[in-house]
Amino acid sequence: MNQLSNNSTCSDSTTSIAECRADFPALDQKINDHPLVYLDSAASSQQPSSVIDAVSSYQKHDHANVHRGVHTLSHRATEAYEGARDKIVSFINANSRREVVFTSGTTQAINLVAQSFCRPRMRAGDKIVITHLEHHSNIVPWQLLCEQTGAELTVAPIDEKGQVEILPLLAMLDENVRLLAIAHVSNALGSVLPVKSLISEAHSRGIPVLVDGAQAVPHLAVDVQDLDCDFYAFSGHKMFGPTGIGILYAKEALLEKMPPYQGGGDMILEVSFGGTTFNDLPYKFEAGTPNISGAVGLGAAVDYLQNIGMANVTRHEQETLNYMTSRLADLDDVRMIGTADEKASVQSFMLGDIHPHDLGTILDHQGVAIRTGHHCAMPVMDFFGIPGTARASLAIYNGKSDIDRLVQALQTARTIFG
Amino acid sequence: MTQDELRELYRELILDHARSPRHFGKLNNVSHMAEGINPLCGDKLKLYFRIGENKVIEDATFEGSGCAISVASASLLTDTVIGLTTCQAMDYFSAISELLVGTRSDAAGDKADVDLGKLKALQGVREFPARVKCATLAWHGLHSAIQQRNAPVSTE
Repeated sequence: MNQLSNNSTCSDSTTSIAECRADFPALDQKINDHPLVYLDSAASSQQPSSVIDAVSSYQKHDHANVHRGVHTLSHRATEAYEGARDKIVSFINANSRREVVFTSGTTQAINLVAQSFCRPRMRAGDKIVITHLEHHSNIVPWQLLCEQTGAELTVAPIDEKGQVEILPLLAMLDENVRLLAIAHVSNALGSVLPVKSLISEAHSRGIPVLVDGAQAVPHLAVDVQDLDCDFYAFSGHKMFGPTGIGILYAKEALLEKMPPYQGGGDMILEVSFGGTTFNDLPYKFEAGTPNISGAVGLGAAVDYLQNIGMANVTRHEQETLNYMTSRLADLDDVRMIGTADEKASVQSFMLGDIHPHDLGTILDHQGVAIRTGHHCAMPVMDFFGIPGTARASLAIYNGKSDIDRLVQALQTARTIFG
Repeated sequence: MTQDELRELYRELILDHARSPRHFGKLNNVSHMAEGINPLCGDKLKLYFRIGENKVIEDATFEGSGCAISVASASLLTDTVIGLTTCQAMDYFSAISELLVGTRSDAAGDKADVDLGKLKALQGVREFPARVKCATLAWHGLHSAIQQRNAPVSTE
């Protein structure tokens, strides 16, 4: 079986993290005659060669279906797939591999919890509590659930800095609340939520907590046992892995009690027309042939991050974020959207009265890729009374020179709009 | 690529209409209207038309929010179609489609030999495929309103 080689040029010193850029082949190109500056990793990050090679090597040498065959390739594929699961277990410090379910991404993980955990135990009058800064994928699954059950969706407010207002949120956690579902890091604003203390507060009221960790896992060390969260969802493609693969972490005791999300192959022990015995955890929640190569790529992405060390990732990104925020603030007519005291990797902003979409085009023309629009967080845009923002988001491969290029491109935009 | 293409996209006329859109606001005695949504960037435009018995567009306005291209295009649209018959307006729709995406819309038949005049300012959009939808949004709204479809038009 393929052994993932460690061919990262990154070491554990902050200075050499700048060298990470060379590990990502997609960054080595010109866009509109300018070297690419990629500031859209919150939407999807680029992949290092080690991830691309791991997926390619799996496809070339090891592919077969998992958990099914006695032949050598099926064994290799199973080892690769389950090996990736073990890497995730250690990466997020899950208690066991029974708690780590492969999904297609954060969205599917949240839908799984809504339908398998919440739906059977919800009645009319019950409540789900979320916050105003959630991504649509942590809003719409609950709206669907509420339509199905007659339950009510309650939204905790945010303040002008883009921080969740804690006291109003805690006041919402009454005896009718069946779940608190919160982002770890806001995708549109970059705000880091105090998830550990919120989980503790919710638990003291007997309320389980789901954390949408899609924007946290690439940037911060996440320890699910330390957080004591009941569910934690994240995606591979925002942490240097492939698209179409993600993780639902859930406490074993909860997964045990939950019915399967989907039925099919691999999630059963025995099927007859009289009835079916479901497979053990976590396979009960992995119906059908899974995204094996995606899991392999995600495992390689975990290796890549762990090799650098999450503490180093966080330190480097915070330094770059601080530099970006101060360079942007130096521009006369920038309005920062999202100024939370604790932030990670993201800065949303407006430049004068230039529409974000126009900014996006002008920046792209100079090789600078940012996201513009509502960032799948329309309620956040409504809160700030804007149609959308320009959002620059960071990963370990970004450095100060990228920020200088961003600022230079923004100055060009200002020249064009006069 | 140089800044010339950007200057071509954001011509002074476009920026002028984006900053000071003409015929902006609600309209009294609306006979036809349409809503246009561009989910990609969140552009949202409402177009209002008062079309007389003789199919002449007596007045047109729009409101909403969007990028410079979509607002300028809507502003230029309303400026253009007031006083035209719906048939003539559809000729412009067809000509704009041809200008921006190179394909003639079937909706207006063959007689799209119209002089686009200042609407030619929109042609810089051709070099920016991701922005064509911004420029065509209002025009699809015009088409929808004249057809009296009630569903909002979307660029997706």
